[in-house]
Amino acid sequence: MAGAQRNGRLARWFHRRGWSDIIIAAPYIWLILFFLIPFLIVLAMSFATRTPTAPPFSFGGENPVLNLRGYRRLFEDDIYIRAFLTSISNAGFSTVLCLLIGYPMALCLTRVSTSWRNILLMLVILPFWTSFLLRVYAWMGLMGTNSWFNKLLTGAWNGVVPDDLAVRSIQMMNTNFAVILVTVYTYLPFMILPLYANLEKLDQTLDEAAMDLGSRPFRVFLDVTLPQSIPGIIAGGLLVFIPAAGELVIPSLVGNSAQPMIGRVISDEFASARDWPMASSVAVALLILLVIPMMAYTYFSGKAEQRLEDQK
Amino acid sequence: MNRRPVFLITMLCFGFAFFYIPIVSMIVYSFNASKLATVWGGFSTKWYGALMGNRQVIAALVLSLKIAVISSTMATILGTMAGITLARFRRFRGRVLFSGLVTAPLVMPDVIIGISSLMMFILMAEWIGWPGQRGFTTITLAHITFSMVYVTTIVQSRLIAADQAIEEAAMDLGSRPWQVLRDITLPVISPAIASGWLLAFTISLDEVVITSFTTGPGSTTLPLLIWSKVKLGVSPDINALGSIIVVVVGIGVFTAGWIMQRAERRRDLDARLAYRANG
Repeated sequence: MAGAQRNGRLARWFHRRGWSDIIIAAPYIWLILFFLIPFLIVLAMSFATRTPTAPPFSFGGENPVLNLRGYRRLFEDDIYIRAFLTSISNAGFSTVLCLLIGYPMALCLTRVSTSWRNILLMLVILPFWTSFLLRVYAWMGLMGTNSWFNKLLTGAWNGVVPDDLAVRSIQMMNTNFAVILVTVYTYLPFMILPLYANLEKLDQTLDEAAMDLGSRPFRVFLDVTLPQSIPGIIAGGLLVFIPAAGELVIPSLVGNSAQPMIGRVISDEFASARDWPMASSVAVALLILLVIPMMAYTYFSGKAEQRLEDQK
Repeated sequence: MNRRPVFLITMLCFGFAFFYIPIVSMIVYSFNASKLATVWGGFSTKWYGALMGNRQVIAALVLSLKIAVISSTMATILGTMAGITLARFRRFRGRVLFSGLVTAPLVMPDVIIGISSLMMFILMAEWIGWPGQRGFTTITLAHITFSMVYVTTIVQSRLIAADQAIEEAAMDLGSRPWQVLRDITLPVISPAIASGWLLAFTISLDEVVITSFTTGPGSTTLPLLIWSKVKLGVSPDINALGSIIVVVVGIGVFTAGWIMQRAERRRDLDARLAYRANG
């Protein structure tokens, strides 16, 4: 029923005068030039043949125009499969940990008084505004074998376990554990904020009703709060998982270089091996892997937007 | 709820400790006299002094600020146009592709945006002779592209939340469309435009992966400089530089948030007073 009528009068006037064409075209052309075309280049490059020329690729040659070498190698050389598995497991563990830490924090934020809430929210957002690189770096300082934090953990460990398991220091740097820890640290605000936005809208009288009817607090949480917060959990989870799976900075600085994540593999194929077609094939494979969560995210945020409009 | 949620408060405190202990530790160790970055050797401010005399750092900071100002301003203009398009022009040819193009950079991994932009710049140089050298221009172009979509998201959601009926009413009362845009639409979305600019600015100032692919010889931004040093390990002068950045950004964001909140409150108050005066 909506159709053409959904454009407001203002929009229709701009449309008649041709102004809307400019407003639409400027960002549209920009994104096509600097986002869509580069992406199409990667897509085409993934089917090219590597040559020792500059730039190092060609189409055709002894092979048919579509060269599937890159995609075949993805399955033949187990370095790629292992990199994908490492990325998925690191991103998956990080997402679950973010949820376990972020959910109680978001829930607590909805329970404190308004004046406290604004300050605490600010404190959640503040690390997100400060440099990402420096937040990773700050953990490098804590995880080194000589740091006070490492000594504290080593002391705690040695105090608990029997003597034959005692260690001089805990190896944290250059492990998958370090990658997960720092990923959780840097992406936690992305989990807390959508969860908070979701939990804040819930009707707290439902909780009180359930309590009045004799439910225990934890049961109320399981039966009333948790089911209603699924959209927030999905949004937060995707906002953590998607960037964490393609992360390059964190694994490069604190990760185990013997078990590279996929972002590192793409970057190395491109810059060190100068194999543009292979780097492109891996990139396309990563996108195919992420396309399901990406579309889920677009779908859910589109639905949330629709709800917002319907409410009016 | 009357009962104090003890578990939740404990988790919140734990979470904030987790957020801030690494940063505080970095700031404390930036005053470390020892050359060994993680072993305490007494109090000193010598790393800050060394930083002030470091031309490389100053040059990188200036370059980063230039790129951030230009790219965030362009991103705000383009992003606002895209936000208006998505929120107000409901139907036009190619809308599906357009909304896809606006969403995709938000979820696309940095590495892929980086190599795809670099490949395009290299191929363009090969085919049309431009850009002859990568550096300031190519970094700025890449920064505009990925930061404009953040502005779009903010402006779009503000416009959707705003009441379109006010625009219609102004038209009915005889305002010309440009007046409506100037007097109603733009003031309504101005907080969104301001926070969009601020977000684009800080993202540009902080970006390292895409920048590392689109940069060229001689164009080292501050994050690239930090990146190249941090790869070698923890060092006291990076502690000092990091502490300065964290403190400056922290104060900046706090002030900006405070100013915006106050402006919003004043606007609400004005609106309420106007209602009362007319009612």
